[in-house]
Amino acid sequence: MINVFDIIGAVLITGGLIFDLLGCIGLVRLPDVYNRLQAATKCVTLGTCGILLGVIFVVGLNATGVRALLCIVFVILTAPVSAHVIARGAHRSGIKLWEGSVVDQYAEDREGEV
Amino acid sequence: MSRILLFIAAYGMWVLLNWVPDVQHLAAGIFVAALVALLTGDLFLERPHLLRNPIRYWYFFFYYLPVFLWECLKANIDVAYRVLHPQRPIHPGIVKIHTDLKSDAAITFLANSITLTPGTMSVDVDKANQTLYIHWIDVKAKDMESATQHIAGKFEYILKEIFE
Amino acid sequence: MQRWAIGAVVLILLVGGIVLGLAPGIFPPEMPHAGLADRALYILILAAVLCLYRIAAGPTSADRIVSVDILGVLIVGVCAIAAIPSGRSWYIDIGIAWALQSFIGALAFSKYLEGKSFDD
Repeated sequence: MINVFDIIGAVLITGGLIFDLLGCIGLVRLPDVYNRLQAATKCVTLGTCGILLGVIFVVGLNATGVRALLCIVFVILTAPVSAHVIARGAHRSGIKLWEGSVVDQYAEDREGEV
Repeated sequence: MSRILLFIAAYGMWVLLNWVPDVQHLAAGIFVAALVALLTGDLFLERPHLLRNPIRYWYFFFYYLPVFLWECLKANIDVAYRVLHPQRPIHPGIVKIHTDLKSDAAITFLANSITLTPGTMSVDVDKANQTLYIHWIDVKAKDMESATQHIAGKFEYILKEIFE
Repeated sequence: MQRWAIGAVVLILLVGGIVLGLAPGIFPPEMPHAGLADRALYILILAAVLCLYRIAAGPTSADRIVSVDILGVLIVGVCAIAAIPSGRSWYIDIGIAWALQSFIGALAFSKYLEGKSFDD
């Protein structure tokens, strides 16, 4: 007897794992901090949310499932904020963009302030 | 008002964390949630009367969430294409966009949405000039108006309905 | 042969070996969904090794901070996977607490990068 919820959960967990792995490959391959931050934050956030959603489907809506739901809300609210904060700190500490970059209007605007 | 809402939110989270609740957990939760509401209640909401309007919930769950989830999925496939391509097809840069939103919550949600949508990530917010600085992995437009259309066009009018 | 081709071959071999089940099992096979949880944990360990490479090799300190932040989110996934076969709900509590401390750690690290004190 095959359970339908188990299959949905396994598919969601597999998709989440693929996105996690892609995010970490992007962390290794891309050239500078900002691009790495972009690839890693997007892929790992959605991948971990997919894993947690799959866990809810596999175990059902008991104590584990409710906590996984809270964890999804928490991860999706905090991950973009920490990415934003790290990008801002990196730019203010003077890390340049990759040399193939097209434009940097933030640095142009900040020259007047400092 | 803000303290009462924070008490309700904290107590709800306590009950969810102690799922299959019993009497001891419920009684202890009242004290913990009251302590949290007493200490940090005035930081939680600035304009609590907005929460009474049911149209805002409708917009949040049926307009904002589906658009957001769909964009999030598209963003991941976009990143996967850029990472797995052998030549790494990226043209990164930081551009400036303009926003009409004024309240803190709306700008926070706009910045978070921009971070999780395809190819863009918010770097800094300048509230006085109402501009956001966006790191764009594939720059298509350098001037402010068309960049605003490209990046924030989908979310801005929905968030204006919800938070303003 | 370019570097990306070598990396792609190594990654495909590793992921294929994990999916075929060549690695030794972590959970006892009589637990529910033990095979799925084994393979998922090995894939997450592979992703964490890539993060650790960036921590060791990153040219600037911002690269290392990004990797530590991403590693924290990966560990939330590890906790969620470990909760499936054992059926213990407090694994996800560990995940929530880890996500919280990773978020606060990212805030503190960014203040350090900007060169400010923690007060402003």
